[in-house]
Amino acid sequence: MTAVTPEAKPATTRRHRMTASVFGPHPVGLLLSAPYAVYVAAVFAYPLGMAVWISFHDYIFTAPGVSVPRPFVGIDNYTTALADPAVRQSFVNILIFLVINVPLTVVLSLLLATALNAAIPFRTFFRVSFYVPYVTASVAVVGVWLFLFSSDGLVNQVLGDLAPDPSWLINEKWAMPSIALFVTWKQLGFFILLYLAALQNVPRELYESAAVDGAGRWRSFRAVTIPGVRPATTLVTLLAIITGANLFTEPYLLTNGGGPSGKSASPVLLMYQRGIEQQHPDVAAAIGVLLVAGVLLLAGARRLLERRRE
Amino acid sequence: MTRGLSWWRTIALTLGAITFLFPFYYMIVGSLQVAPDTSLSGALPRPDDLSFDNYSEINAAIGLWRSLLNSVLVTAGVVIGTLVFGVLAGYALAQLRYRGRGTLFAVMLLLQVIPFQLLVLPLYVQVVRGYGLADSYLGMILPFVINSVAVFVFRQFFLQLPVELFEAARLDGASEIRVLRSVALPLVRPALLTATLLTFIGPWNEFLWPFLITKETGMQPLAVALANYMSTVASAATNPYGAILAGACVLAAPAVLLFVGFQRHFVSSDVGSGVKG
Repeated sequence: MTAVTPEAKPATTRRHRMTASVFGPHPVGLLLSAPYAVYVAAVFAYPLGMAVWISFHDYIFTAPGVSVPRPFVGIDNYTTALADPAVRQSFVNILIFLVINVPLTVVLSLLLATALNAAIPFRTFFRVSFYVPYVTASVAVVGVWLFLFSSDGLVNQVLGDLAPDPSWLINEKWAMPSIALFVTWKQLGFFILLYLAALQNVPRELYESAAVDGAGRWRSFRAVTIPGVRPATTLVTLLAIITGANLFTEPYLLTNGGGPSGKSASPVLLMYQRGIEQQHPDVAAAIGVLLVAGVLLLAGARRLLERRRE
Repeated sequence: MTRGLSWWRTIALTLGAITFLFPFYYMIVGSLQVAPDTSLSGALPRPDDLSFDNYSEINAAIGLWRSLLNSVLVTAGVVIGTLVFGVLAGYALAQLRYRGRGTLFAVMLLLQVIPFQLLVLPLYVQVVRGYGLADSYLGMILPFVINSVAVFVFRQFFLQLPVELFEAARLDGASEIRVLRSVALPLVRPALLTATLLTFIGPWNEFLWPFLITKETGMQPLAVALANYMSTVASAATNPYGAILAGACVLAAPAVLLFVGFQRHFVSSDVGSGVKG
C-alpha cells in the first residue's frame, strides 16, 4: 500500500509557507475529509468510548435532557453478565458457530474462487449466482430457510428417516450448526470475491515452474495457490470472525429468539434482550465489551498460530 | 489442464450454483402457491395453483408500498451521503497531503474490525434518547451515512490517477477547489457505480438498527416490517409461508436485479482493492 502523493508545490509567499508548515502542503484536504472525520468520531469513536464507560457505571435510560446519577460500579456489570447462565451459553454458542463457520468459509470460498478463476464456460453466470445470497437481505432469505428447514419442509422430505427429530431449527443440537451453515452460505459470495482478487496477484510463472517441476494440480494448489493467497486468508478469517461476532438477525428470526432453550442465542441477541428489552444497558455494554475482547483474543491467537507455522 | 480436473471444476461450480440459487427459485415458487406444498413435487410450479394472493395478503398486513418507500428513502439518504462526502474524503486521502491524513486513514482501517453491534447500544442512547430521533429517517440514516468501504473504493480510484494530472492544473494556477471540480470529479464516474452498488445493500438490507429505533409501523423499512410480520402476525394468515415468501421476494428483488444488471461493476478487483485498502 504505497500512497502516491504529489510533491509540495514550492510555496511562494510567507503565508503559504506558514499554513503549509501547520496543515501540510494541501490544507484543503482537511476541509474535504472533515465530514468523514466528524462521522467517524460521532458514529464510531464516541460510541466506542461510551460503550466502555457505560459498562463500568450503573446506567439507566432517561428521557432527553434528564440527568440522573450514574455511579461508578467497577466490574459489577461484568460479574452480573458472567453470572448469567444465558450469557455464558451465548458465548459457548458463538464459539460453536465460529468453529463451524470460519473453516468452512475459508475452504469453500478458496475452492470455488480457484474453480472460478480459470477460463470456463458460463463464468459470469457462476460468479453472479455465487454472490446473489450475499446481496440479499438476511430477513428475506431467512424466510425461505424457515420454509425449507421446517419440520415437514423440503429438506426433511428429501432426507426422509435421516431427518433430525425435532427438526433442525427447533433441535437443541442442530439449531446453532444450522445457523452457522446458513451464514456460511449467505456470506460466501463476498469471500469468493476477495479470493478472486487475491488470485490475480499470484504470479503465473510460479504455476509454470511448478508444472515444470512435475507438480500436479493438487500439488501446485498446495504449494503455490495457498501460500500465494495467505494475506487474503488472513483477511477472510478476520472478517468471518467479526461477521460471526455480530450475529443477530439469524437467531432472532430463524430460531425464534435464540431457541430452543437459548441454545442458539448469540451475545448480540443477549445484548438486545438485556439492554433494550429489559432496560439494563450497563450489563448489555459489558457483554459487548467482553465480545470485542473475545474477538481480539481470537484474532491474536490466529496470528500467533500463523507465526508458529512459518 | 487435464480433462479430469476440468470435469471436477464444472461439477463443483454447478453444485455451488444450485446450492446458491435453489432457495431463490423456491422463494419465487412458494410466493405464488395458493397453499403451501412442502413435498418434493411442490418444488415444481403447477399452473392451476399459481396466484398473486400471497402478495395481496402481505400488502394488506404490512403495507408493502409504504415500507418500500421507507426503504427507498433511507437507502437514498445513505447513498447520497456516501457519494458526496465519500468522494471528497477519498480524493483527499489519495491525492492531497495534509496534517492528519495518516491518522484518518489508520482509523478508517481500524473501523473495519469493530463489530458494529457493540456500538448499537451507545448509538441508541445518543440517537433515540439524546437527539429524540426515534421513528425518523434521519435517525435511521445517521449511523450509515458515509460507507467506509466506498471511501476505500474512491481512495483507490484516485490513487490510480497520475499525480501529474493534478499537478498540471495547479501549475496553471487552478485553486484546489477548482482542481477538485474540474479535474477530479469529472473523472470519478466509473467509481461512482461500484460505490453505489456496494453502499446500496447496507441500508437496504439492514435489520437491527432500524428495528431498534422504529416503533411506528408507518416508518419501518421493508426488512423490519417483514421481520415483525414473521415473528408475530404470520400465524393469523391463511398461508403464512406464502405471504412471508411474497414479502421476501419484494425485499430481495431490487438488490438482486441491481447486482445482476450491473454485475460488471461489482468485480473482484474493485471490491478487493476496496477492502485491502
